[in-house]
Amino acid sequence: MHTLNDLLKAGQRGLILDVTGDDGVSVRLMEMGLTEGADIELIGFAPLGDPVEFRIRGYRLSLRKAEASRVTIDLL
Amino acid sequence: MPAAPPAVSTRSLTVAVIGNPNTGKSTIFTALTGMHSLIGNYPGVTVEKKIGNFRHQQQDVRLVDLPGTYSLSPRSLDEMVSVEVLLGRQAEVGRIDAVVCIADASNLERNLYLVSQVLDLGLPTVLVLNMWDVAQSRGITIDVEKLSQTLGIPVVPCEAHRHRQIDAVKDAVLSVAGKNGVESPRVFPAAFYDEGKQLGSQLRDWGEPDVPFYVTERLLLDVGGQIESTFAARFSTRLTEVLAAARERLKASGFRVPAAEAKARYAWSRQVLTGIMVVPQQQQVTASDHLDRWLTHKVWGLTVFVLIMFVVFQSISTLAAPVMQLCEMGQQIAGDWVSSLMSPGPFRSLLVDGVIAGVGGILVFLPQICFLFFFIALLEDCGYMARAAFLMDKLMTKVGLSGKSFVPLMSSFACAIPGIMATRTIENRRDRMVTILVAPLMSCSARFPVYTLMIAAFFPDIAWAGGWITLRGVLIFVMTFFGAFVAIPVAWLLKKTMFRGETPPFVMELPSYKWPSAHIVLLRVYESARAFVIRAGTLIFATSILIWAASYFPGDHTELNRLQEQVDEAKVSLNTEISEKAELEKQKSTLSQKGSAPELTEIDQKLAAIESKLEPLETLITTKNAMSEHLLETSYLGRFGKTIEPAVKPLGWDWRIGVGVLASFPAREVIVSTLGTIYSLGGDVDEADSGLQNALRESKWPDNRPVYSIPVAISIMVFFALCAQCVSTLMVIRRETNSWGWPLFTFTYMTVLAYIGAFLAYRLFAFLL
Repeated sequence: MHTLNDLLKAGQRGLILDVTGDDGVSVRLMEMGLTEGADIELIGFAPLGDPVEFRIRGYRLSLRKAEASRVTIDLL
Repeated sequence: MPAAPPAVSTRSLTVAVIGNPNTGKSTIFTALTGMHSLIGNYPGVTVEKKIGNFRHQQQDVRLVDLPGTYSLSPRSLDEMVSVEVLLGRQAEVGRIDAVVCIADASNLERNLYLVSQVLDLGLPTVLVLNMWDVAQSRGITIDVEKLSQTLGIPVVPCEAHRHRQIDAVKDAVLSVAGKNGVESPRVFPAAFYDEGKQLGSQLRDWGEPDVPFYVTERLLLDVGGQIESTFAARFSTRLTEVLAAARERLKASGFRVPAAEAKARYAWSRQVLTGIMVVPQQQQVTASDHLDRWLTHKVWGLTVFVLIMFVVFQSISTLAAPVMQLCEMGQQIAGDWVSSLMSPGPFRSLLVDGVIAGVGGILVFLPQICFLFFFIALLEDCGYMARAAFLMDKLMTKVGLSGKSFVPLMSSFACAIPGIMATRTIENRRDRMVTILVAPLMSCSARFPVYTLMIAAFFPDIAWAGGWITLRGVLIFVMTFFGAFVAIPVAWLLKKTMFRGETPPFVMELPSYKWPSAHIVLLRVYESARAFVIRAGTLIFATSILIWAASYFPGDHTELNRLQEQVDEAKVSLNTEISEKAELEKQKSTLSQKGSAPELTEIDQKLAAIESKLEPLETLITTKNAMSEHLLETSYLGRFGKTIEPAVKPLGWDWRIGVGVLASFPAREVIVSTLGTIYSLGGDVDEADSGLQNALRESKWPDNRPVYSIPVAISIMVFFALCAQCVSTLMVIRRETNSWGWPLFTFTYMTVLAYIGAFLAYRLFAFLL
């Protein structure tokens, strides 16, 4: 099973399967459009390696690795 | 049949404006209402209440701006405000006649998430597609007509920053306001709506007849949400059980709460946009993408970041300084002017030392506030602020905060007041509160006079490395970062105790870059300056008057007034001599550098002649200063200082320092002039004054031991580094948190911290030296 943290290079893409957990953080992630079937692309990392910038549903989103690890994906 | 003319209501319509962050919502709000909006707080929360007005087609409309949000599923009291306003349950706003939902046309798929929730409220709704030009430049086409039909509401494309289509928005608002509400798009399966109905009737049985559809929806969807907590307080476990059973049944039918909501709403959003919005297949690389690659780059991104922050910091510390001096000069001139018009007395003292000093004490912060908010508004409006947080996040998580705390904390090194005001950019309440509470620990510019005075008076001028490093310089450096260093465990402790809970997520949109709008930037500056003067200024002013009264009464000032009059008269009659003396002293200092001895002796002779003429004036001033000292010593403030001497003695202080600390409650730097008065040098000394430095060195305890020593100087500096002796900061905390509890807490914890710190520093250095 892959998570968003398995995207390593800019331009790598994945298809979202699920967000694990039912707490506020997961709900927030889903509200931002990280739901099943959405296409997500890695844009880059912050200078210290964290957080990470993604493109999803046509906009740019930044997540910490701790949050990105909750999002399971299929690599594309 | 001809269309009915829009119903003109005699009463003012109330319209709420809602939208995602970064959609240009505030630009639209300003374009609709103009400059004049009413800003306040909703009771009990930190959410800003902003209300503006416009008149269109003879109809008055009151526009309520709600905070930018990605969803309407409240998880805190702050987030609850928007829902309460929209449901017409917020008493100060009243019934809502229509909602204007602002969406980013270039990012419609995600924006429709919030739209679908707003539609569930069943209010008359208008959808505004802002940033229409951006969408077009990206090759995105949207069939507005068809979208309007599908949603059943007016849809208006708009370019608010160019003031295009603003009248069309107003027309659309009037066409729906006060009419029938919209139908819910019913994005969930039928089983969900059945559960909603059941829950509604259950609540009716429990004596809650009018629970809106949206509330029952939220009760089912938000596990542990704010609405559930509010209701649970009334129905205890009964409701929790009912909700758990309902969610269990929904799960069995394939609708898993809470994940199902986002899935259903995004599926609806996709479905609505099919055939309406066409996005070019090839993701084109925009100029914004190029810029972003540079600005988040490991080397260049950080370089640009450091440069930008340097400019921001310089502008609030160095650039603002001349303007602040102008404020101080204005205060001086106004004080002198009043003094020249009135004879000395309590009323003149109230005006000069209370009123004018109080107003000056407020205005002096304005340059920094204006400069900082100019940059914050600029960086926010062009989209860089989110990148700054992105770059700094990792560093800030190490101290338990998030990237968004960086700019407010950095600004607090110049002054905590604009810094605390800047925490508005932090949306997470816990991060924001911790940032507000530690911001006053950053070493602001008002501490420098205290450090300078103590260091210059008690530390030798030693230099190392060929004059590049000086002991005094090192000490200033250490003191500057001492507070920030202490802030780290404080922030950690606050996070572990008062603000416990899950780490707030750093789920942040990185908006596209755009040209900032001068209008929006200037408006932000104006609004923050106005908010400070009106909402915090009045309280700062009141405290200044109070401290003035405590240091003026109950002493009899007739003798002092008589002396002051004599000094004033003598100064007028000896005017030529005074200016001559100043001129000679100037010549002397330039000459002594060149070192031509014969000319110097000539000047010294002239000086001696003038000084003998000025001697009566000097004697008068000395008597007057001694009188001032006596009056301060016997004032309420002085008596209080003496009473608390046992409390400050463990820090190595005498009552004089105690009084100085008390008097500096309105602002830290006041201690310098208070010490000036206490040591009979008059209140108009500054920290570089050698007379004051000498007076400190010569000050003695009754048993002839010197009061001041290096441990005492360090103890005073540590105290001032950590204490909350700044009314303005406390009043701004009150305004920003909308409560008296937080400034009280800040004052208490910082004073305790300062006391313990000063005590330990005194003991440690007394032991070492």
